[in-house]
Amino acid sequence: MSHRDLVIVGAGPAGMAAATEAANAGLSVTLLDEQPRAGGQIYRDVDHVPDHRAALLGPDYTAGRDLTVALRSSPVEHVTGAVVWSIEPGFCLSYSRDGRGAQLTADRVLLATGALERPMPLPGWTLPGVMTAGAGQILLKQSGVLARSAVLVGAGPLLYLIAVQMLRAGQPPLALVETQTGRNRRAALRHLGGALRGWPYMAKGLRMLAELKRGGVPRYIGAQDIRIEGDTRAEVLCFSHRGRIRRLACETVFLHHGVVPNTQAARALGVAHHWSTQQQCFVPTLDYWGRSDVPGVFVAGDGAGIGGAKAAALSGRLAALAIACDAARLTPDERDQRARPLRSARAREQAPRPFLDTAYPPCAQALSPRDETLVCRCEEVTAGTVRAHARAGCLGPNQTKAFGRVGMGPCQGRYCGLTVTALLAEATGQTPDQTGYYRIRPPLKPVTLGELASLKTPPATGEN
Amino acid sequence: MNPVLPFLEIEASSAPRVEVRFDGAPLLLPLGANLAAALLAAGIERFRNTPVSGAPRAPFCMMGACFDCLVEIDGVQRQACMIEVAEGLQITRPGSPEVRHVAS
Repeated sequence: MSHRDLVIVGAGPAGMAAATEAANAGLSVTLLDEQPRAGGQIYRDVDHVPDHRAALLGPDYTAGRDLTVALRSSPVEHVTGAVVWSIEPGFCLSYSRDGRGAQLTADRVLLATGALERPMPLPGWTLPGVMTAGAGQILLKQSGVLARSAVLVGAGPLLYLIAVQMLRAGQPPLALVETQTGRNRRAALRHLGGALRGWPYMAKGLRMLAELKRGGVPRYIGAQDIRIEGDTRAEVLCFSHRGRIRRLACETVFLHHGVVPNTQAARALGVAHHWSTQQQCFVPTLDYWGRSDVPGVFVAGDGAGIGGAKAAALSGRLAALAIACDAARLTPDERDQRARPLRSARAREQAPRPFLDTAYPPCAQALSPRDETLVCRCEEVTAGTVRAHARAGCLGPNQTKAFGRVGMGPCQGRYCGLTVTALLAEATGQTPDQTGYYRIRPPLKPVTLGELASLKTPPATGEN
Repeated sequence: MNPVLPFLEIEASSAPRVEVRFDGAPLLLPLGANLAAALLAAGIERFRNTPVSGAPRAPFCMMGACFDCLVEIDGVQRQACMIEVAEGLQITRPGSPEVRHVAS
């Protein structure tokens, strides 16, 4: 079994930047990633896209090539298509690749597992044709596939970005159905100072809104009572707006009300997490280098708290510097000297977050879904059932599994965990921290018996 | 391009098209493309039926997290969004009336 100074999980901006920085500091580094090519979700297939599509996606997307180029010219071992399903203390990482299991050991582990779309349980959200807005972006980036008749639903700048890209591609969305209100915007004004420090983002936002207006894309701000109707697929988006019921016929619905850290691997390793009131989600508890309370485990990028791609790359480099110092490849002085410009750049990147988080809060209806709404997509459990568990004495998210299988399907709670915590907290009057979250155990992703068995059998000739 | 499909490809793929079978029906998909995206672009709307209620499902997250795009290939349920198109893939819908069994 190979041994490394550092294994990094996830080849998005944080993982790529951290791997490059650590390898250039002299550490032996392996970067494990599920995708066939580096980039993560934000820079998905950035080295692969045809020019026409790259132009459509814009310079903030192609900027990811700086990271992929640096990664390729570094001594990092980048293992593509590697699905990590276990990280044991010590550390031993187990993963599947091309139908075979493999393992390697490491002194330190950096988790750069990025973000997931915040679960958005609305009536009809499981119908074919309903996807996350992130899924819409991935379809466009990786495959050049665009929805012909789509409505964008929720809150946040990502919706504007997708709408603008669809408009430029000649397939504008039918409408933006936005759940934030004028009151949210007024509340956000007290964070205007931070927003102005992050003025390039604000300028981009205003440009996008102007482009959508010129393009004639209707916006329904302050939408409520949203549901997706359809028999075997999404057919109509129904909502109320300024006291009127609206019904928009459509084929595709893209949902988005922010992204949240993907904490599965960190939780499985026993890293402490706490509730972030500003970001309305759990985040791992870390120092500013990304060091967790589990010795040797670091977390960087959006998985450590949402900050966006540029902040992710900076936090990846900061974690790499701390790891190199811990491994005696850098002195504390060298580490601190190199970190100084990165830390101030990261603070600049993070400056607009309080404004954005306040202006575009999560959709209230999806944070506390009505009883009949499915919250666990895998096991098809409704909000009402989870509330009934709470009334019957269910003490926390782990007990909901025994009460009614919520969170026990193949997604392992990725798309219901935060909702179940919120429902139980609401029912018991406790805080999210007191309520807690699912206990996450390996395997982090499904693994076949064949993949397990292949750990003990030598690979056939020609495979690795 | 078929104007009635919900998804369209914005540029002609340079990859050669290869034949796969989805529930027995032949489809020509771009070699090496993301399987879930290629199936959507080919007009496949239902990828599976759930083991609990039999409800239809299709890709939701496209990043390997939600497991709604599960399809069965060579007897194993796999996430279509994490697979690349290869010649001769025999794909079936888990939980469809033709293939009834319990999800992993």
